[in-house]
Amino acid sequence: MSSTSYAYLSNYLIYSAMAVYTIAFFAHAVEVSFSVRNVEAPELVAATVGAPSQNRATKFDFSRTERSGRIGTAMMILGFGLLFAGVLARGLSAHRVPWGNMYEFSITGALAFSGAYLYALAKYKLRWLGLPVSIAVLLTLGTAITVLYRPSAPLVPALKSTWLAIHVSAAIISGGVFLLANCVAATYLILDRMESKGARPEWAKRLPSLETLDQLAYRLVAFVFPLWTFAVIAGAIWAENAWGRYWSWDPKETWAFITWVAYAAYLHARVTIGWRGRRAAWLCLFAGSTFLFNYVWVNIWGSGLHTYSGL
Amino acid sequence: MSNASNSAPELETAGALRWMWRQLTSMRTALILLLLLGLASIPGSIFPQRSQNPMKVQEYFTANPTLAHWMDKFQLFSVYGSPWFAAIYILLFISLIGCVLPRTFDHLKKIGAKPPLTPRYLEKMEEFTVVSGAASLDGAEKWLKRNRFRVRREESSISAEKGYLRETGNLLFHLSLILILVAVAIGGLLGSRGEAIVNVGERFVNTPTSYDNLSFGKFQKEGSLVPFALTVTDFNATYNITTNAPTDYSLTVQAENPVGSKPVTRIIKVNSPLTYGSTKIYLQANGYSPVVTVRNSTGKITFQGPVVFLPQDANLTSTGAIKLPDMNPQIGFVGSFVPTYDRNATRGAFSVFPKVLDPRLLLSAWQGNLGLDSGNPQSVYRLDTSRMKEIGLKQLSIGESYNFGEGSITFDGWKPWVNLQIVEDPGKMYALLGAILAVLGLLTSLFTRQRRIWVKVDPTGTGLQIAGLAKNGTPGLSEEVARLVRAIEDRS
Repeated sequence: MSSTSYAYLSNYLIYSAMAVYTIAFFAHAVEVSFSVRNVEAPELVAATVGAPSQNRATKFDFSRTERSGRIGTAMMILGFGLLFAGVLARGLSAHRVPWGNMYEFSITGALAFSGAYLYALAKYKLRWLGLPVSIAVLLTLGTAITVLYRPSAPLVPALKSTWLAIHVSAAIISGGVFLLANCVAATYLILDRMESKGARPEWAKRLPSLETLDQLAYRLVAFVFPLWTFAVIAGAIWAENAWGRYWSWDPKETWAFITWVAYAAYLHARVTIGWRGRRAAWLCLFAGSTFLFNYVWVNIWGSGLHTYSGL
Repeated sequence: MSNASNSAPELETAGALRWMWRQLTSMRTALILLLLLGLASIPGSIFPQRSQNPMKVQEYFTANPTLAHWMDKFQLFSVYGSPWFAAIYILLFISLIGCVLPRTFDHLKKIGAKPPLTPRYLEKMEEFTVVSGAASLDGAEKWLKRNRFRVRREESSISAEKGYLRETGNLLFHLSLILILVAVAIGGLLGSRGEAIVNVGERFVNTPTSYDNLSFGKFQKEGSLVPFALTVTDFNATYNITTNAPTDYSLTVQAENPVGSKPVTRIIKVNSPLTYGSTKIYLQANGYSPVVTVRNSTGKITFQGPVVFLPQDANLTSTGAIKLPDMNPQIGFVGSFVPTYDRNATRGAFSVFPKVLDPRLLLSAWQGNLGLDSGNPQSVYRLDTSRMKEIGLKQLSIGESYNFGEGSITFDGWKPWVNLQIVEDPGKMYALLGAILAVLGLLTSLFTRQRRIWVKVDPTGTGLQIAGLAKNGTPGLSEEVARLVRAIEDRS
């Protein structure tokens, strides 16, 4: 196949992935909003072993939306597959890694983000997270294909280096996991607010306990922090090779450093002075937003040496 | 003790110092300093910085003189070299050293040490089980040793601990950060960095006078530059014909190291600099120098050669100045070099492709005082027209001449130029080493689980009590205890 047909194929795959993520979004929405319905049917209450009758109002029937949840997960997997093929085809169309401009960073970032979700899904019970994840992926892909889209083209000389594959892939994967941790921390804060006002509303009762969310956010960050450190270092090695200085306080470098510092502070706050819960979640959100800021603001409006958005 | 009352003031100072030291090295202070460091680096990413783009700083000053003046007082245009930024990271590193060094000594003492004694009551531990029957401590000890626990065997109990590497990795990580800081300092104090624009065909000899700008570290000696020389023989840029984006830059040089030795052909590209030890030569930028010949009214050549023009856009429309101080009155030209010419009503002449396909040289001629003897340093790329008047405008193709009255200027052709950046950084290998060790330390510390397991003969005389405790609540302890229990039961 020619470069052009690969480029077209990539676009079709990205659009298909968006359609599939939309289905995933609706499936998860149905799962969340309809799963919790008071069960008045006596046989179901009776079937619950040892349930005292006054608990009747808090018994829920999750089975009715189980199928919807499963469809959601299946669609998330399918969407991931299509998106992966789309990113791959984009790379094939230009005979290089697909990380040459902001459109390509965004579709790969969405891929890493949904990949991180699927990976975490295999390890923990967090299907509920499919709702925010599918929204975020759809928003990213939508912005990418409408605002950030650039035709497939060869790399500029500054990007022609093995370090592109190493540095950018590490940064994108870290970003995907950071954003997932942000989703978890945000969910924590929302649920925490609900609980402090009284009980969780019914639809939220199915979501994990605050403690689980708190732990999960920490695990995600602790897992990916070394990778982010590596991404920054790989960037420094590349910068030394390309620009003659391993650290020049270029805006992108500065913000990568700020993100690193913020997550380092988060890890220290948890491990050594025992921050948990609300404060830790806010710090996690802050750290994640420095990453997003770096990606959006510095790429589009910032000046400096990292001017590869193609915009 | 009795001395203490006599020297109370000194003790007070000592006490105060000790108190300050304890505050500084506390985790909370370190954390605040860490966040402060992050916040302090923000302004440098928002305002233009002298170290990166002095031109932008100049523009900022022109646009908001009063504001810029005040911002400059707070070093907001050189944030990363400012005393307040240094204060934060120096305090942070002192705090770090104060915290990490004692811990390192503690940790070193623990090499080969036995785990602490078994606590009296195991029932309160998070993992607690009892294995009944005729199980012996020997089986438990064997399993623990096989699983690489450190074991302290007492008469009726075993205390075992695993995961010392967590602290090792942690300390390695923090010590590596100190190494990186030292490496940065070495690079700053003992390194040098400079730039030079060289036309194709010209020779660059690595001495301080050959540079357009050169900065030395505080302890770097001027004579310590690597004595190489480069003759630029060819520069080739290729561009994508649909997007005009560059696809490749390739610079060919004849390199002599030391000067006068047999030249070797070397190729320098954007991502592959030329290396001599810890000195590297980078291809940083490129542009065009129009070649002109100037004759006076008698036809005598007063100037001939390439004049470096600076690119203004992606298609390398370049501007510069040609100054002729020897003419009487003095003559200067403001010039614009257009590699591939096009023209429209709004923009005038401009370039539509970065390669030279159809070049033009646009000149506006000025007569008067160039201002070169005023004592103020002047940019070679700009004409100070404050004491001059414009005498004419002309657009030239290659080979054409323009007669400006007192003489003529001929557009002979053009030459590409390259901007070489030459950097000497003896600290960077240490920085790299520090970075590698830091990642290794981080991985070791974050993926090592530290936990203790105790086995004790049940007070009833038969059976064993088993308990476990994991530091930082890391998961997997209950599975491990279960495996130990199974091993004991299998053995008995």
